[in-house]
Amino acid sequence: MSDARLLIRALTDPASTAVLDADGWTALIAMARGEMLMGSLAHRLDGLALPETAARLCADALRSADHGRRQALWEAEMTRRVLSPLGEPVVLLKGTAYVAAGLSAGVGRSIGDLDILVRRDALDAVERALIDQGGWEWVKEDEYDDAYYRDHMHELPPLIHKDRDRMIDVHHTVLPLTAKPTPDAESMIAESAALEDGLRILSPPDMICHAAAHLFADGDLAGGLRNLWDIDRLCRDFGGRDGFWTALGERADRHQLAGPVARALRLAETLYDTPVDGDIAGRGRAGDTLCVRRLLARDGWGREAHKGLRLAFYIRSHWLRMPPVMLAKHLWTKWRKD
Amino acid sequence: MRHEFRVTVGPTGFRIGSDWKQPLDRLAALYRGYPAPEIPDFTVRLFARRHWRRIVRPSVTIGGDYMLPDAAPLSLAHGLLGAEMGMNLQMALGQRRYLLLHASAVERDGKAVLMTGESGAGKSTLSALLGERGWRFMGDEFALIDLETGALHAFPRPVSLKNEAIGLFESDVEPCRLGPRMCDTPKGDIRHLRPPDDAVERMAVPAKPALLLFPRFGHAPDVRDIGEAEVFVRLTQASTNYVALGEAAFHALSTLVQTVPTRAIDYPDTQSAIDTVERLWAELAE
Repeated sequence: MSDARLLIRALTDPASTAVLDADGWTALIAMARGEMLMGSLAHRLDGLALPETAARLCADALRSADHGRRQALWEAEMTRRVLSPLGEPVVLLKGTAYVAAGLSAGVGRSIGDLDILVRRDALDAVERALIDQGGWEWVKEDEYDDAYYRDHMHELPPLIHKDRDRMIDVHHTVLPLTAKPTPDAESMIAESAALEDGLRILSPPDMICHAAAHLFADGDLAGGLRNLWDIDRLCRDFGGRDGFWTALGERADRHQLAGPVARALRLAETLYDTPVDGDIAGRGRAGDTLCVRRLLARDGWGREAHKGLRLAFYIRSHWLRMPPVMLAKHLWTKWRKD
Repeated sequence: MRHEFRVTVGPTGFRIGSDWKQPLDRLAALYRGYPAPEIPDFTVRLFARRHWRRIVRPSVTIGGDYMLPDAAPLSLAHGLLGAEMGMNLQMALGQRRYLLLHASAVERDGKAVLMTGESGAGKSTLSALLGERGWRFMGDEFALIDLETGALHAFPRPVSLKNEAIGLFESDVEPCRLGPRMCDTPKGDIRHLRPPDDAVERMAVPAKPALLLFPRFGHAPDVRDIGEAEVFVRLTQASTNYVALGEAAFHALSTLVQTVPTRAIDYPDTQSAIDTVERLWAELAE
């Protein structure tokens, strides 16, 4: 098998790996690493009888994910200590939120940067506190990039901690300001729930809205299988709760994300067999097949395949993020700098 | 990928794919006698970033399971080096089973000397020389410390001899054990030396760390004690995965530092270094 269906089958039906030969395992592990899903896969395979090497590599991945989880929570705690005097709500996003809330999407997940959401009015105060009191500093000193982030993006330019070497992305909304949909960030913060330590997480429907926005309205689907796996796990955690699907439909509309959310649900159902609500997922659309092909573009060497398709999605991601004239200016400036 | 080579070094298996045949042929010659893994631990890829770069002024990009974002490509003449760098990268970034120390090691009677220090201190050359003189060569680049038992596992890759060190071996070892001389690499001239056969045959056998040395080349002969705290800090700096392993690494390293006698040694020439190692071994190793 020359695409990521091998990985998907192992994730959805772990027992199916019993038929894999050495080459199958080799390809599976390379794909899982390429998609940043090795920790999640190792958890899914936990308890099964595996070939010796595969068992060893899974044990390493579990250890590594466990440490990653601890580091992510520590980073959140360090941020909490610096920001709590401001009295502002600080909402954890993505991986850190999943592990902080003990959701299955966090199990084995690799977590890179810390992503937080704060009120736009609080952005200056948060930035100052992180730099003056927290020990974070700018990653880039480039004027164009810096101005670009501040004028058009949904987050501050990335900050890195000078001792711990970890990045933080401070968001004030979940999509670039130049993108067509305008999610209601204020209401996302208002609907968020407090964890024991005072940090917050998005409401279940908003978590899925954010994950879908991240996957389809913002990104070029690179590493999309991981994001889609998050969505699968979130749907399984929340799908049985009373009124969840209705709430998801309402929130997706409110954030102007009905399209991306519907597509995310359809693809999750197609690839991961996710139980979803048919009314919200809607009928299949022409672009779905291309998205599936893009998501599956990973070979047994762990390489991304389908160069042309990848490029098309890359261009699409920029197209969605900014109006055409602006896109032209942006690419021109970037090209001249290269 | 077009071409593939597999090799097991110590406890770790690699699969190296390449757009070109030449680097893998050279690897195969250098790693003759090493076993090949069925399921490798890590994948390394040597590839041309653009298709035509496979043929016109070929330029080798290094990739794999674990990558650095901006690693500079190499010329095809240095493709072998690319494979080695790719394997090192997988170990440095991906290995989570052992505490990795940037150190060379040799063994005798089940006990090992570890040698660490900055680049150019001579740890690599020293381990290779001892490997030719009655010690079992366990590796010139990474020492793998078992997180549970504290045992040292061998990682006996071919030694990459650099610049003046190349001459120390060229006349003494069988020519078939030497790789091609690669000139003007980022680290000067490099020539690989395949370890003695017994180092490869016994590479799965771990050893107990018994002596830790910080050698320094180019100074009058001297032996100094180093405090435990300094040894600890220097070893954290010499480790590629100390932070990533968290508490387990702290315990393994603490035990190592508290139980293994340690000295800093200065030496003006290789004979003096070998004499000092033998003397300290006789005095300190238990």
